[in-house]
Amino acid sequence: MTEVKIAADGVNFYYGAKRALHDIRVAIRPHVVTAFIGPSGCGKSTFLRTLNRMNDLIPDTRLEGSIRIDGQDIYAPSVDVVALRRRVGMVFQKSNPFPKSIVENVAYGLKINRIANGRADLSHRVEESLKAAALWDEVKDRLHEPALSLSGGQQQRLCIARALAIKPDIVLMDEPASALDPIATQRIEELIYQLKDKYTIVIVTHNMQQAARVSDFTAFFWLGRMVEYDETRKIFTAPAEKLTEDYVTGRFG
Amino acid sequence: MTRSFLERVIERALFLSAALSIIVTAGIIAVLLTETVAFLSEIPIMEFLFGTVWTPLFADQHFGVLPLVTGTIVVSAIAMCVALPGGLLVAIYLAEYARPGVRRALKPILEILAGVPTVVYGYFALLFVTPLLQRFIPDLAGFNALGPGIVMGIMILPLVSSLSEDALGSVPNGLREGAFALGATRLQTSLLVVVPAAFSGISAAAILAVSRAIGETMIVAIAAGQQPRLTANPLVPIETMTAYIVQVSMGDTPAGTLEYRTIFAVGMLLFLATFALNLFSNWLRERFREEYV
Amino acid sequence: MRRYLADRAFAALGLVGLLAALAALAALLLDVILDGAPRLSWQFLTSYPSRFAASAGILPAILGTFYVIVLTGVMAVPVGVAAAVYLEEYGAQGRLGRVIEINIANLAGVPSIVYGLLGLGLFVRALALGRSVVAGAATLALLVLPVVILATREALRAVPKSLREGSYALGATQWQTTQHQVLPAALPGILTGVILALSRAIGETAPLIIVGAVAYVRFVPDSLWSPFTVLPIQIFNWVSRPQAGFAENAAAGIIVLLVMLVLMNGAAILIRDRFQRRRIA
Repeated sequence: MTEVKIAADGVNFYYGAKRALHDIRVAIRPHVVTAFIGPSGCGKSTFLRTLNRMNDLIPDTRLEGSIRIDGQDIYAPSVDVVALRRRVGMVFQKSNPFPKSIVENVAYGLKINRIANGRADLSHRVEESLKAAALWDEVKDRLHEPALSLSGGQQQRLCIARALAIKPDIVLMDEPASALDPIATQRIEELIYQLKDKYTIVIVTHNMQQAARVSDFTAFFWLGRMVEYDETRKIFTAPAEKLTEDYVTGRFG
Repeated sequence: MTRSFLERVIERALFLSAALSIIVTAGIIAVLLTETVAFLSEIPIMEFLFGTVWTPLFADQHFGVLPLVTGTIVVSAIAMCVALPGGLLVAIYLAEYARPGVRRALKPILEILAGVPTVVYGYFALLFVTPLLQRFIPDLAGFNALGPGIVMGIMILPLVSSLSEDALGSVPNGLREGAFALGATRLQTSLLVVVPAAFSGISAAAILAVSRAIGETMIVAIAAGQQPRLTANPLVPIETMTAYIVQVSMGDTPAGTLEYRTIFAVGMLLFLATFALNLFSNWLRERFREEYV
Repeated sequence: MRRYLADRAFAALGLVGLLAALAALAALLLDVILDGAPRLSWQFLTSYPSRFAASAGILPAILGTFYVIVLTGVMAVPVGVAAAVYLEEYGAQGRLGRVIEINIANLAGVPSIVYGLLGLGLFVRALALGRSVVAGAATLALLVLPVVILATREALRAVPKSLREGSYALGATQWQTTQHQVLPAALPGILTGVILALSRAIGETAPLIIVGAVAYVRFVPDSLWSPFTVLPIQIFNWVSRPQAGFAENAAAGIIVLLVMLVLMNGAAILIRDRFQRRRIA
């Protein structure tokens, strides 16, 4: 019996009257990297954002169906959204470090969630997170400099460190390397590979090669529907659906 | 827990701060209304609105507000004769002709013009402009409508020009390019294509300027005089609605008397007029936005 | 050929119009400086008003302006920033939010003299604060409130959405996000708006006349409830006097007022520039 970390069942999502997701059903496993692929506008980012209820911030949106994490429905009325987002972290497409110092960026999540016990513990956790994001060596001598003085790739790794600092179970990444050059992209991909031991990672990418390199499982989205979901190996070599095959072989999109 | 309780308390506090603005509006209406109603219980509204003599502070009292209204209108009309053509001209020049360097250098100066306190403009009107005009118009009285009117026009010109410039700037370039492609000069394009296209936006600016002129106080309080007079002659002393309110406030009129209430009655008239003009201007601006955005 | 001549003539006309406006400003400043500069002196700045123009001074007016403006800021800024935060971050959707927005836009267009009448009826009489510094400051606070709110909203709107999203994604509540990320990022814009609102308040005359600031104040205000005067009213009073010498006093007072305004606006520009530079690092 394989474990299921995130279970979505019959999920429909609406922006106002427009239906963006149709009857999504997927079971995401723990400690693997799952990739969502598909052409622009197919709903993969929208679905990703339902997993930590970031869509709640957009007015006039609605979700039908259920999404369960560790068996609990995260859209139940009694759910504390703030606590949910502690467990399900997110890294965005365009890195968005706060206009503060490097240390303050990583410490922010710890402070607002009151995680650290005193300043020594705080520093220790900050260092730990920066190491986990493979950024520590590059910034250890300038922790108090502005985060915005880092390069694009470093800023994105800082955002990853920031997300890891509060020790989530799941890390969602929305096209984390799309704004980066190939070398920075490679470093992010290596990082993702290292992180899956400790975390469950779901990554949205429009770059099929990246999905093939980095993920264990892949879900293919098309026009708001999830067309196919299987091991990455199978999706890219012997997909079950013709639509999937057309997409991964580059016949369109 | 306590966190979400705190969140809700803070949200309430923020809401109350925002709702305070409604209390302010209610307060303005309440204060003006109660005193105006008390005033109108003694003076019939027809006499107030259509009477032609205004002498509430004299022994022989008359409460016809028309002289104040004409005083306000005459000064505002003179101001608009300066601000409207001048502001529009400057706006067309800045929007259609001027090079970016010229715009950058000259626009801050316009903003400074708009930021000078009105009491300074009043000084200027009384002690510089009027004596200057008297050299050309010997009959010009020391207090008159012409001097403050012109100075008020200068003060309002930046408002007209900046709002008109915004309106002209919102006109899509496609319209200009179409005209140029047909061989029109810049002048022809500006006057015959762009300005008409921006008409509602420019009208909105003009109406807002009129509203501003009507409500202006210090320039007229200093330089226009304190003689309510039903006239269209800009060369003699007059009194505007705003200057009258200042005049009474500087004196010793006790509260609760009929004379005290006159300032609220006049104030109510002023408030209603500017409110109506502002609403009209906003409506025009919304209509303009719908056309082009 | 004639068309291009007309074109060129119009451009010239536009430039002339612009320069005429500038010339008017220059004439005003020159006139005031020429009339008033000789009168400026330490004696002038530290004396009290007097029936004799030569010995009159503006000390109570300067101090009165200072007290009133500080008090106005204390009253208007927290309320204005809070209201703007509510409208931008919490409430814009609801119908009530829209009504409040429209209301604030309308309040911004009400003539300042009407605010004076409000102050008279509400603060001086109904709340029985009398013709005091408090009543004057409260009146001005209501007057500049829309300015503070609008400027703060602009500043909040300029904070990118990605900043808020980053904070929420870490499990922050709305107030935590507003307090730790949004407000600090918007601070330069808010400060600039506050300074602009206060520099508008400094020049206001009519509302304070109505609320009862008198111009013959021979003492310095010693409490929130004491009578007071401010610089623009002192200038107004001197301009209105026919006796020789008071016109010069008025001009000198104007110079002091304009210097204050230049300093305040200069500070606003400096703050904006300094913070912008620090952010980009």
